[in-house]
Amino acid sequence: MSVWGVPLGEVWSLTLDHIYLAGLPLLIGLLLAIPLGWAALTRRWLYGPLIAGTGLLYTIPSLALFILLPGILGTQILDPVNVLVAMTLYTVALLTRTVADGLSSVPNHVRQAATAMGYSPLRRLVAVELPLAVPVISAGLRVAAVSNVSIVSVAALVGVSQLGTLFTDGFNRNAMGPIVLGVIASVTLAVLFDVLILGVTKVLTPWQTAGRSA
Amino acid sequence: MIRFDGVTKRFEDGTVAVDDLSFEAPAGKITVLVGPSGCGKTTSLRMINRMIEPSEGSILIDGTDTGSLAPAELRRGIGYVIQHAGLFPHRTVLSNVMTVPSLLKWDKKRARDRALEVLELVGLGGDYAKRYPGQLSGGQQQRVGVARALAGDPSVMLMDEPFSAIDPVVREGLQDEFLKLQEALGTTIVMVTHDIDEAIKLGDRIAVLRQGGRLAQFSSPDDLLAHPADDFVASFVGRDRGYRALSFKTAEVPIHHEAPVRLGDRLGPGEEWRLVVDDAGAPLGWVHADEVTGPLSATDLQLGGTLATLGGSLRGYLDAALSSPSGRGVVVEGAELAGTVRPDEVLHVIQAAPRATGETILSPEEPA
Repeated sequence: MSVWGVPLGEVWSLTLDHIYLAGLPLLIGLLLAIPLGWAALTRRWLYGPLIAGTGLLYTIPSLALFILLPGILGTQILDPVNVLVAMTLYTVALLTRTVADGLSSVPNHVRQAATAMGYSPLRRLVAVELPLAVPVISAGLRVAAVSNVSIVSVAALVGVSQLGTLFTDGFNRNAMGPIVLGVIASVTLAVLFDVLILGVTKVLTPWQTAGRSA
Repeated sequence: MIRFDGVTKRFEDGTVAVDDLSFEAPAGKITVLVGPSGCGKTTSLRMINRMIEPSEGSILIDGTDTGSLAPAELRRGIGYVIQHAGLFPHRTVLSNVMTVPSLLKWDKKRARDRALEVLELVGLGGDYAKRYPGQLSGGQQQRVGVARALAGDPSVMLMDEPFSAIDPVVREGLQDEFLKLQEALGTTIVMVTHDIDEAIKLGDRIAVLRQGGRLAQFSSPDDLLAHPADDFVASFVGRDRGYRALSFKTAEVPIHHEAPVRLGDRLGPGEEWRLVVDDAGAPLGWVHADEVTGPLSATDLQLGGTLATLGGSLRGYLDAALSSPSGRGVVVEGAELAGTVRPDEVLHVIQAAPRATGETILSPEEPA
């Protein structure tokens, strides 16, 4: 069975590849951005260089990164690791500032109260500041998710297969079917990521939706 | 007991926030640090739990130098209440109150029971525990703040402008409850306020600080009102300190019998002011015979007067006498009418009473 000239099995496996290549870097990037954002906020002199530096990362063209990384990492050009690393860099680029902003959105009196209760700085980060930064971080994560889903497709040009492969395929065969299918699948995936992040945010922030019953 | 021993705080830019501060906050009492903004009162408070490190001198709690303890450990033993309560918005009231017990690694059940107990203590029993701070009023949040500070059973509690952000009516009530709570628990409290009235109402000891973090006077409230150490303290304490000082004086005042009337009664001829009480004998208000026709109803009542408590302060008696439309100050015992006092007689008692002779515990001129 096939859709617009593409076997269904292939659409499915390209979609899974796409999820893997766009999604995993999102998680790793978030985990890296948290300590970086925290460092930017707690060590004042680091703020400028870190925010500017990670911001610059995002301006490196993805195609250039896919081609350069094998030389830096010593990997094969076709190795998906190149794409994972590149996407992780983009995620870190977008999220470091978001995490710093999110953590600084925690009201000062709340932070002081936490310190006065006897939280060590690290415990305070985990137990008080990060949970309160979730809404801001989640907003940044949604941008990064959409950006990742979109940028990953470029990796088709260096032969790493995912939904972008449908574009090169359609281009080579001069067929519209695979291209339209690829666009629809990418958009659907971006929406799914977005809904997933919104859902997790809602679960993590029950206090935001609790009704005013007092 | 908390002891400041020559404590100085100099910030990196060279400004001196607190200058050679020495005093003793007695155990089980409320000590209030008061002064204009920039006098270093909050800095002084935060040096106690080392949120700010002193540049010189030492602070001892029950004889132990706070500098010798790890800051986080030290803080778990000290309750802390701040202006906007500083509750954790992402945690329920119960979880907020359980913070310190959890940090102290109490087992879960004990921490929970203790949290519910202190919530009950501050008047937030029942289903408040499950709510989020955003679902509470400012006054309720501040109660939770107090409960959270009490949960770890601290021997010392620090309070930074705890009642300032609350509207005046609720504030009065909270202050009164707080005083009762403190009396029952006997916690050593150091409180910061910019409000001299609050300091006088709540403090057993008051430290008046002046700009630049210097101690201007350290004494009991009545002594502060009666004997300000210098012009700065005198002007800070305010103009009507003579009247406020009456809060601390009690004396026998002649109580006159008052024959009350009730709603529904009719006033006879020749009667001017009559006091109306309810069925339990609690005063409701005054009525004037010229303004009433027919049986007394609630709309006839004049509610201007304050009530004095039998055996209470002279300020209470005088205020009741001055505020009463009839010129007869209403005195109650519990809620029930005890009689009335006359302004001239209250003044006579005040005149006859000896001037306050409390001694200044420490002032710059006469170091203890």
